[in-house]
Amino acid sequence: MEKDHKPSSTEKPVLQKVAKLFLYTFLIVIAVVQVLPLVWLFLFSLKNNQEVFNLPPLALPQDPQWGNYARVWTEGNIGQYFFNSVYITASAVILTVIFASFVTFAITRMKWKLSSLVLGMFMVGLMIPVHSTLIPLFNFFLNVNLMDHPLAIILTYTAFNMPITIMILLGFYYTLPRDIEEAAIMDGCSVHRLFFQITLPMTAPVVATTAIINMIYNWNEYVFVNTFISSDKFKTLTVGIQNFIGQYQTDWGAIGATLMISILPILIAFFILSNRIVEGITAGSIKG
Amino acid sequence: MNKVMSDKKVIALYVLPAFLLLMLLVYIPIVLTGYYGLMKWDGIGSMEFIGLENYRNLIVDSAFWRSARHSLLLAIFSVISLIGYLLVSLVLSGRIKGADLFRKVYLIPMLLSSVAIAQLWMRIYHPTNGVMNRLLTSIGIEQPPLWLADTNIVLYSIFIPIIWQYAGFYILIYYAALRNVPNELVESARIDGASPWQIGYKIKLPLIAGVIKVTIVLAVVGSLKYFDLIWVMTQGGPNGASEVIASYMYKQAFTTYNFGYGSAVGFFLLILCLIITYIIRKLTATKEEVQY
Repeated sequence: MEKDHKPSSTEKPVLQKVAKLFLYTFLIVIAVVQVLPLVWLFLFSLKNNQEVFNLPPLALPQDPQWGNYARVWTEGNIGQYFFNSVYITASAVILTVIFASFVTFAITRMKWKLSSLVLGMFMVGLMIPVHSTLIPLFNFFLNVNLMDHPLAIILTYTAFNMPITIMILLGFYYTLPRDIEEAAIMDGCSVHRLFFQITLPMTAPVVATTAIINMIYNWNEYVFVNTFISSDKFKTLTVGIQNFIGQYQTDWGAIGATLMISILPILIAFFILSNRIVEGITAGSIKG
Repeated sequence: MNKVMSDKKVIALYVLPAFLLLMLLVYIPIVLTGYYGLMKWDGIGSMEFIGLENYRNLIVDSAFWRSARHSLLLAIFSVISLIGYLLVSLVLSGRIKGADLFRKVYLIPMLLSSVAIAQLWMRIYHPTNGVMNRLLTSIGIEQPPLWLADTNIVLYSIFIPIIWQYAGFYILIYYAALRNVPNELVESARIDGASPWQIGYKIKLPLIAGVIKVTIVLAVVGSLKYFDLIWVMTQGGPNGASEVIASYMYKQAFTTYNFGYGSAVGFFLLILCLIITYIIRKLTATKEEVQY
């Protein structure tokens, strides 16, 4: 309901309606711009080249070429890349979330002198550009025989995502009431039991948030895989689709299908968990 | 209670795994980058100490300064585009039905990999079959631009997908901050007859100054280290027209195997990011920090 403090003016409501209409149009146009390229991508992933080149860009395919997807999955090795992305992403997410929970618990719940210094070091880690670490990391993995090994990628993801994960966890840990934990300690509960059976379950919502944010980062990561992995059997989707598209440069349907496969898990996660994603991105950026 | 919760062994057990990983894979490497920058080294053979020669070469390397200029240009564009994102968020934070849905839809591109976005926009910019040029030819423009091959416009062409990618991220942050502005303030201003524009400009903006400051740092530092999308779309080309600091560093290290010189560039990037973060924070320091 609009509160009008000058009832004498009759123009105002009309003007307000026009303004509202204008604002909504503005917001909808932006939404269309954000989504349309993806709609176009989906449409051309189902077309053959003739349709891509001759039909209007947003025309529906006459005979949807679902075969494009099957073809790139097996012939283009996309299935292998997809599997690599899944297990590398999952391993790093689990390691990061567990290690970060340990650290956040120790920093917010336990008493030790260096805790603020250690927290500060994790937070400064947020500002380090990846490129300033690439050459030493390359050399290090070469020397410890982890070059071209998935473990190099998993450990790197874990280290680089630790700061942001701790930052998101911290906000939640600080607001969590402590009386249950204090009572447990009074009852003689050990720190390990306290952490695993009381604190960790209580922080499940924020753990889920950090897990999904980590999943998105890892799934999309490119530089580390491109630099440390050279065998096809270990490449993840971001690097794999680069190779693949290099070979199939002229087959638009195949390229479209590949790109769709690479973004689909993220889109599905977004449709199911959009609130958590929004929450995680907000928490992970503002305090920075 | 205190005794149990200050058990040194438990603390070490909880903190050390993550801390050692951070040291080993983040902090030691940035120190080593500075150190390798003092070496002549191809990455395979032995290192030769050459003092500050790499850094001296860097100062007179015009290709490097060109890439630094491009990075700076991206940073300036990014900061300017923040104004647009802020405007959208101000609109969204008014009485808009479905504001929540809008900001989620805006966010979608940001969740996708830069590689996929780059590949998609390479098709959009395709000289003959891309959406952009088919649109332009259909309205009668006979010689539409070669978006990624024309050295005069390639940097701008690359900036459009960057805006597309990050718009939702910044709108989300601004929107969250604006929602935290106390409602009573806005209401009492409205009753006093303030226009929506005045409410936005005079009441809401000052209250989210702290968040705006953070986004400026994010936009500048993010632009200075920007890499993935540019690397996939142009590899810094054609002819260095879209080269940025990170792509220049990557080429020096992993294409020409100048590990020493590449390290110097990487170290420069690190120092640049840290200094600029510090300067922006000092310049925009407000007396009263508004914390959200």
